[in-house]
Amino acid sequence: MFSYCADPDTLGTFRWFSCYLTNGVHWSFYLSFIKVLALLAVTAPVALAFGFAGAMAARSHVPPLGWLGKGYIAIVRGVPDIAFFLFFVIALDQGFEWMRHQVLCPDWTDPIRQGNDFLVCPQAKLPLGTAPEWVHETYGFFLAVITFSIVFGAFAANVLFGGMRAVPLAQLETAEAYGMTRRQTFWRILVPQMWVYALPGLSNLWMVLIKATPLLFLLGVEDIVYWARELGGTKTSKFTAYPHGDWRIWYFLFLLIFYLGMTRVSEIGLERLMRRLSHGQATAAGELLRKETTA
Amino acid sequence: MSCLQTIQDYGLRSIGIGERLLPRSDFTLCEQFTLIGSGMIWNIYFGVMALATGFFLATAVALGKASSRKWLRKPSEWFIFIFRGSPLFIQFFFAYFLFLSLKKTYPMFDAFTSAWLGALIVLFLNTAAYSGEIFYGALRSIPKGDIEAADAYGMSGWSRFRRIVWPTMLRLAWPAYTNEAIFLFHATTLVFFSAFPAWQQRGDALYYASYFADKTFNPFVPYPILAFYFILLTLVIVGVFGLINKRLNRHLPVARKAKMRFRLNLAR
Repeated sequence: MFSYCADPDTLGTFRWFSCYLTNGVHWSFYLSFIKVLALLAVTAPVALAFGFAGAMAARSHVPPLGWLGKGYIAIVRGVPDIAFFLFFVIALDQGFEWMRHQVLCPDWTDPIRQGNDFLVCPQAKLPLGTAPEWVHETYGFFLAVITFSIVFGAFAANVLFGGMRAVPLAQLETAEAYGMTRRQTFWRILVPQMWVYALPGLSNLWMVLIKATPLLFLLGVEDIVYWARELGGTKTSKFTAYPHGDWRIWYFLFLLIFYLGMTRVSEIGLERLMRRLSHGQATAAGELLRKETTA
Repeated sequence: MSCLQTIQDYGLRSIGIGERLLPRSDFTLCEQFTLIGSGMIWNIYFGVMALATGFFLATAVALGKASSRKWLRKPSEWFIFIFRGSPLFIQFFFAYFLFLSLKKTYPMFDAFTSAWLGALIVLFLNTAAYSGEIFYGALRSIPKGDIEAADAYGMSGWSRFRRIVWPTMLRLAWPAYTNEAIFLFHATTLVFFSAFPAWQQRGDALYYASYFADKTFNPFVPYPILAFYFILLTLVIVGVFGLINKRLNRHLPVARKAKMRFRLNLAR
């Protein structure tokens, strides 16, 4: 990175660190932080959408749809989330390949499950065996995003369902008295008011989502945990220009601090959001705000 | 091979009793049920031990956070923030590498690098922080009248705490604490997926489930089995904690009894 890094005299000085921390692999490490942030940025809205659909389904009066929504919510209770992550990554991959197999190779006669193998025709492989490296990585990331969205969508559905039920019934009855249809009541009365009730749950969920990002490592994505293990491990001068002992503890300390910082920043941000949403609401927090501004 | 034989061979495999080699091919449903169930021993061990020890630290931390003395309050606040604000997964990694480097200078840390002790310490501190926050919330919502009544009876210090504050705190915190217990048991599945090695393939339920999923490349059998075990475990926890809840609330008139409502508190 810097020109003085080529000079052997920098060894043992403090400048060695500036060289070490800017070498190629470290840029991959820093890039993986962006990966984590990208995962958060993509997953949060998608999971929220999943959750909204789930909550709407759970509220539905059509029995199968209601069961579907309630089942989706209930499935996350009682089972560790990490099991879901491990399950969905393989299950989704096989599901996609199976669908492509059905479409692309209709005259394939061999069974797909042969003993311990899952065999689809070569054209149906995802990604294709000939695809370049970045396609594989993107596909892995894509699977991770869907997995996170499904799991957190169920969590969000639970929160939003609770938020919808917390809206005072009088509000809905009034809407009905004004002659609004069920659909109108839902979109014009219920949805705008439910957010303030759902927000404590949703902010909790956001914290959980942040804290679940290191599980990307288990899904086979080269994320910050992967690089921290890689880079921190003992390096000898045989393989690298920057030999060092076992530094994994420092790398993980750095990750720990990174996550604590993320949590703190989110806490402050969510507090502000809560304040804004409480404005003009018929809740204790909204009442407090009103008193503050009028006094 | 009959299923009974399989249970004899693998029922206690996770703690090193029975057949040494894991099945390698032609996995039967019975083998999967037995091995994953055998792995549950570890989940229960970690969960029960961490809860039993974490409970006391949690009480101390909650009292510390509610204290008016700064030197007690600040450390408790930081303790809770650090363990609740960072992922358990990273905590496991960090603790493992910490113990590993301590082991190099002090050989007595040898046991800490194995899961049964090292991971247990992390879980103990983690659950203490989470339950500490729950207990702190309960401490703050103890009815003022209860404490004033205690004062009026001339109680103070230890006897007021032992007879009034602590039972009321537990009573108020119990539904949330039940949740915490459930999710602590779920969190125990992370142990062998972080840095802690599963020595001689003695792992927990998820370790064996993912072993089967990797070998058979079929996630649709082992993971539902795991889910079955965990739902069973969750029901047991809910039952046991419900009994304790009943005892904690036994002096109250029926109408005022706090119903056990389970809020989803998710992963950590």
